[in-house]
Amino acid sequence: MATQILMPALSPTMEEGKLAKWLVKEGDKVKSGQVLAEIETDKATMEFEAVDEGRIGKILVPAGAENVKVNAPIAVLLADGEDANAVVNISAAMKSIQEAVKNEAPKAAAPAAKAPDAKPAVAPVANDGKRIFVSPLARRIAAQKGIDLAALSGTGPRGRIVKSDIENAKPGQKPAAASAGAVTGMSLPDARLYYKKENYEEIPHDGMRKTIAKRLTAAKMLIPHYYLTIDCRLDSLMATRAKLNEAAGKNAAYKLSVNDFVVKASAMALMKCPDVNASWTEDAILRHAHADVGIAVALPFGLITPIVFKAEEKGLADISNEIKELAGRARDKKLKPSDYEGGGFSVSNLGMFGIREFTAVINPPQSAILAVGAGEQRAIVVDGKIEVATMMTCTMSCDHRVIDGATGAKFLQVFKQFIEEPASMLL
Amino acid sequence: MSDAYDVIVVGSGPGGYVCAIRCAQLGLKTALVERDKLGGICLNWGCIPTKALLRSSEIWHLMHRLDEYGFSADNFKFDIAKIVARSRAVSQQLSTGVGFLMKKHKITVIAGDARLAGKGKISVTKDGKATEYAAKNIILATGARARTLPGLEPDGKLIWTYREAMVPPSFPRSLLVVGSGAIGIEFASFYRTLGSDVTVVEVMDRVLPVEDEEISAMAAKAFTKQGMKLKTGTTVTELKKGADNVTCTLKAKDGKTEQVTVDRVILAMGIVGNVENIGLETAGVKVDRTHVVVNQWGETGVPGVWAIGDLVGAPWLAHKAMHEGVIVAERIAGVKGVHPLKTDNVPGCTYCWPQVASVGMTEAKAKATGRKIKVGKFPFIGNGKAIALGEAEAEGLIKTVFDADTGEMLGAHMIGTEVTELIQGYTIAKTGELTDQELAHTIFPHPTLSEMMHEAVLAADGGALHI
Repeated sequence: MATQILMPALSPTMEEGKLAKWLVKEGDKVKSGQVLAEIETDKATMEFEAVDEGRIGKILVPAGAENVKVNAPIAVLLADGEDANAVVNISAAMKSIQEAVKNEAPKAAAPAAKAPDAKPAVAPVANDGKRIFVSPLARRIAAQKGIDLAALSGTGPRGRIVKSDIENAKPGQKPAAASAGAVTGMSLPDARLYYKKENYEEIPHDGMRKTIAKRLTAAKMLIPHYYLTIDCRLDSLMATRAKLNEAAGKNAAYKLSVNDFVVKASAMALMKCPDVNASWTEDAILRHAHADVGIAVALPFGLITPIVFKAEEKGLADISNEIKELAGRARDKKLKPSDYEGGGFSVSNLGMFGIREFTAVINPPQSAILAVGAGEQRAIVVDGKIEVATMMTCTMSCDHRVIDGATGAKFLQVFKQFIEEPASMLL
Repeated sequence: MSDAYDVIVVGSGPGGYVCAIRCAQLGLKTALVERDKLGGICLNWGCIPTKALLRSSEIWHLMHRLDEYGFSADNFKFDIAKIVARSRAVSQQLSTGVGFLMKKHKITVIAGDARLAGKGKISVTKDGKATEYAAKNIILATGARARTLPGLEPDGKLIWTYREAMVPPSFPRSLLVVGSGAIGIEFASFYRTLGSDVTVVEVMDRVLPVEDEEISAMAAKAFTKQGMKLKTGTTVTELKKGADNVTCTLKAKDGKTEQVTVDRVILAMGIVGNVENIGLETAGVKVDRTHVVVNQWGETGVPGVWAIGDLVGAPWLAHKAMHEGVIVAERIAGVKGVHPLKTDNVPGCTYCWPQVASVGMTEAKAKATGRKIKVGKFPFIGNGKAIALGEAEAEGLIKTVFDADTGEMLGAHMIGTEVTELIQGYTIAKTGELTDQELAHTIFPHPTLSEMMHEAVLAADGGALHI
């Protein structure tokens, strides 16, 4: 019996994805576990493996198709001995589904047809659910410019929105960027209103950019952030680090960075202050059993925060190597959602750029993020005398719903002890 | 002084009488002043009587193709006097019709020459007697007349304007038409079809210079095939009148001159607004060259004084004047949601053979805006109805110009049989802001010439079906 191969959900939050590449052709025999296709989500490209064995009867969604909904049929698998006629029946039944997919991804799904994008002409609906009357041209320009029709009032017959209403859309009207940001009710005007077209280049959002915009806008608007700053003396840490790195010798199995110590110290502090290692839900606070620490990794095309799970159980060398490995896969777009979803805490380090101190936006569902500045020599006063010390300033952003001021402060105090005397982490 | 009017419209051409009707419909007490016949140039000396003439020449053309359609006849003739008489009867019928419309809407028709006479007042002179009328709003719709140039003045006998060309006492064997805009080309086409030896002189480098270049070139080809002589990039430097002919000196761009002797000359070098003797100067109404300056609502800047139609400038088209008349009437009555006229949505039609019609930007103009465009074309030879009619001439084409990004219809251009009846479809599309997609999804009846409009839209995406 021919079976459908469905678009997989590669993470708990995935709703749709891009079918980046097929690694099999129609007629190919496939074995269970064989990679069938590469699926791209907003964060990563993943391999999609066959569950059953058989022969690919028909590919329903072509490579390159975007916004393919999870569980949409993407191919037909034939059992042994079944001929391609089985495909005819199943594909007839699936035609409507396929059409739906086509409509979702007009450019990719209709490669030969030069027809104008055949987006279904769905009447736009206002926030109150009422139909918005808008000319076809105005609707299309609004979609292209990212102007929310619901924010406009039309000057055409019976209040119909016409082209000039879109062209006159002034600051104060909702851009689509806001809907990408998933925050309704408020918005900023489309930036294009302020600039001449010849003076800028337009770089369309990719999935990662949309996710950054959506998550961080939501985080900054919905989480009551507050900030705690502390200075840590690094002299002892630097000495320890030098000793350990020296001990590793040539062809070292590890090379520790200051950040590795920060991650380890954070993990240890989280275990001592479980109130910080927690997540907010509407009816409860989730207190995490392990210190799963996210590391913000800058990429040429964005930013992602893979997680060192159970960091409290791992030694510095393990943490160091794992961070390197995660960062490498992040740059290759090979992270799996399980590599970056969840976590209890994050570390963002801009010290390598000479940044002394900064504040970071909390990475939900976590409740705190530590913004780490550069380790630098400063003049400090110790027992009434000025001394030269290597100092590092850290600022923790806390979700006040979860972490009260004193709780956060206590965490930083513990963290500072670990950083200033790394050997104490052994206790 | 009699009771004050809400509105007095000066001039009963298509702009003026339509404006008056709309005012009356909206409950305004309205009067209409006319110094000549109701209906103005359009009904009496323009659009309508020329269409009657051109219908006669079209039938004449078809009579020469009787054999093609399976008929035989010989010794058929035309009588120019009868052709003219029919044209005059058509005008008379419509002018009378405007009179009925005025009565129906209880619009007072005042005969005479009107003149602004101070705030809210006009004076109308008839047979030397002046009467003053008061109105809250005065709408000037005095229209325009043929432009003349020094040395190129009509005499009404040998050198004509449209007015004399419409009522020829005898049929001229040869003609020189100066100017190849709609008026010049329609007369050239009428006389050429009936057998005159017609030469057209155009100062610009192509005939029908406001039309799309491709359409203009196809028209030139068709006219030339019909035996019309087209002299573009050429001016007339002298008209020397003989006893019953005129010797014309033509000067080409390269400076070469030549002389042509013709029976009659028709001057069609554009028009000038009738801005004189209506009291504009004393009222303080601003005039730029020969046109009254107005804003988008037809306001002259002098409170209570409005102006519409040919008097305020191009495009010099009856339907543009009518629409402006409606806009002003609705502004005065306080109707909500009135929009200014969009020139790009004003169609233009020339009833030559083959006909030419267009709306919006030419391909060149659309390109010059810097946007990405896509162009679709479909020829008459690919249309079943055109072939069945025997009208699938080589010089028949429908062309669309779209904004490639938004699908906005920027312009549409047509040449061929009955295209003047087709262009409205695209005008509706433009006014309703339909994009290429809605037009592509529209079902056009088969078999009709209108199918070419569909095909020309599909062709913009390389999807024309019958070519």
